[in-house]
Amino acid sequence: MIEVNNIHKSFGDTHVLKGITTTFEKGKTNLIIGQSGSGKTVFLKCLLGLFAPEEGSIVYDGKVYSDLKEDEKRNLRQEMGMVFQGSALFDSMTVAGNVKFPLDMFTKQSQSEMEDRVNTVLDRVNLVDAHNKFPAEISGGMQKRVAIARAIVMNPKYLFCDEPNSGLDPKTAILIDDLIKEITEEYNITTIINTHDMNSVMQIGEKILFLKDGLKEWEGTKNEIFKTENEAVTNFVYSSDLFKKVRQMYIEERN
Amino acid sequence: MNYLASIGSYSMMVVEVFKKPTKWRIMKSLILKEVDELVYGSLGIIIFISFFIGAVVAIQTALNLTNPIIPRSLIGFATRQSVILEFAPTFVSIIMAGKVGSYITSSIGTMRVTEQIDALEVMGVNSLNYLVFPKIIAMLFYPFAIAISMYVGIFGGWLAGVFGGFLTSADFVSGLQTDFVPFHIAYAFIKTLIFAFIIATIPSFHGFYMKGGALEVGKASTTSFVWTSVVIIILNYILTQLLLG
Repeated sequence: MIEVNNIHKSFGDTHVLKGITTTFEKGKTNLIIGQSGSGKTVFLKCLLGLFAPEEGSIVYDGKVYSDLKEDEKRNLRQEMGMVFQGSALFDSMTVAGNVKFPLDMFTKQSQSEMEDRVNTVLDRVNLVDAHNKFPAEISGGMQKRVAIARAIVMNPKYLFCDEPNSGLDPKTAILIDDLIKEITEEYNITTIINTHDMNSVMQIGEKILFLKDGLKEWEGTKNEIFKTENEAVTNFVYSSDLFKKVRQMYIEERN
Repeated sequence: MNYLASIGSYSMMVVEVFKKPTKWRIMKSLILKEVDELVYGSLGIIIFISFFIGAVVAIQTALNLTNPIIPRSLIGFATRQSVILEFAPTFVSIIMAGKVGSYITSSIGTMRVTEQIDALEVMGVNSLNYLVFPKIIAMLFYPFAIAISMYVGIFGGWLAGVFGGFLTSADFVSGLQTDFVPFHIAYAFIKTLIFAFIIATIPSFHGFYMKGGALEVGKASTTSFVWTSVVIIILNYILTQLLLG
């Protein structure tokens, strides 16, 4: 579980996060949504420890991040997996090399143990014939799956995903969403996804946090988002005609 | 103020490079890869340029020796001094600032743009140690390249001087042996080692701390070449004053 208590973050004169308080529960897919410039990425980078908030605290299963020593912070980071928007795979390594990298860096496993683990996670993300290919040789969807495999190879407690569906076709996006949800439940990890994709919100949003201008505007589940009267949320989530109709149908059904 | 801030950031980066080392098993393969990329991969251009510059120095000296009192062996002497004292350590280092420096900046800069450095940081890897330390160690082999440059430069001078009909081989060798100061070789290698560190770290700094996209990677490569060259030239002056002055 991750508890966020009143965090503030500024860059020069720009106050990006203006006091966010929330909780992300274990074994659930938590989604952060909001317009571009609402502070989602900065918030995620604060959660990852890449940015230090000026005020407030982030608590990872009882450990206050700002109170940890540098070594303890690095150890905590080894319990985090991250899927970047552009996958961020290492160009110079093969798919298997990318997935093996954290094991190579932080464990004392033998080569055969590491290879077994790499095969297991690559099988888990349904990548069987791509072990020796380089990232440039595989599709965007496959790259995302490699990134997920790399993120879970160390059995993380926390999984962070920044726009995991960006640049993917709708079908592949749904596969990636389902995969993340399945992995979250299977490994019982705290998953936090930064997304613009409303399909993801409707499909896997067990908890949704809506940010606006650096503040928490709304939070709830995917079912609650249908019922909300919050204008900022409805304007954002139901901005497309398709989702407007879906909501209309939901309200009519309810009445 | 910006320059001071950059110098401060650069110094902090250098300190950070030596903290929390990566596992030796992984570091060893990274170092070997960098030796191959940075030093071995540059030998071709170093040999090519050294040969022709040595030849040109010999011809230029010969063409400017109009006074019959001055012995022709001076051509060998001038070639040796130019190549060992300045051409091989300084001129080649500036070329390397372009070739190796732009490679370092663009490769690290691309990793920054594509979030690969963030990925390392999130995993808890000291990205500066992982990326920059192998380059610094690989560049310790750079003096070997400069030794080859010295040899090839002098050989080019001998070939151009003798086969161009400017002097005999015996005169050239005699010039090479005239007033030889062994410390000049040490001076050249001291400079080379310091320039090697500069060539490894300044381009890394520009790549690591760059912001923006692909266009900025190109700009960072250019900026890193300019600053690496400027620092090499200023340090060349300071080291010459300190070691030979």
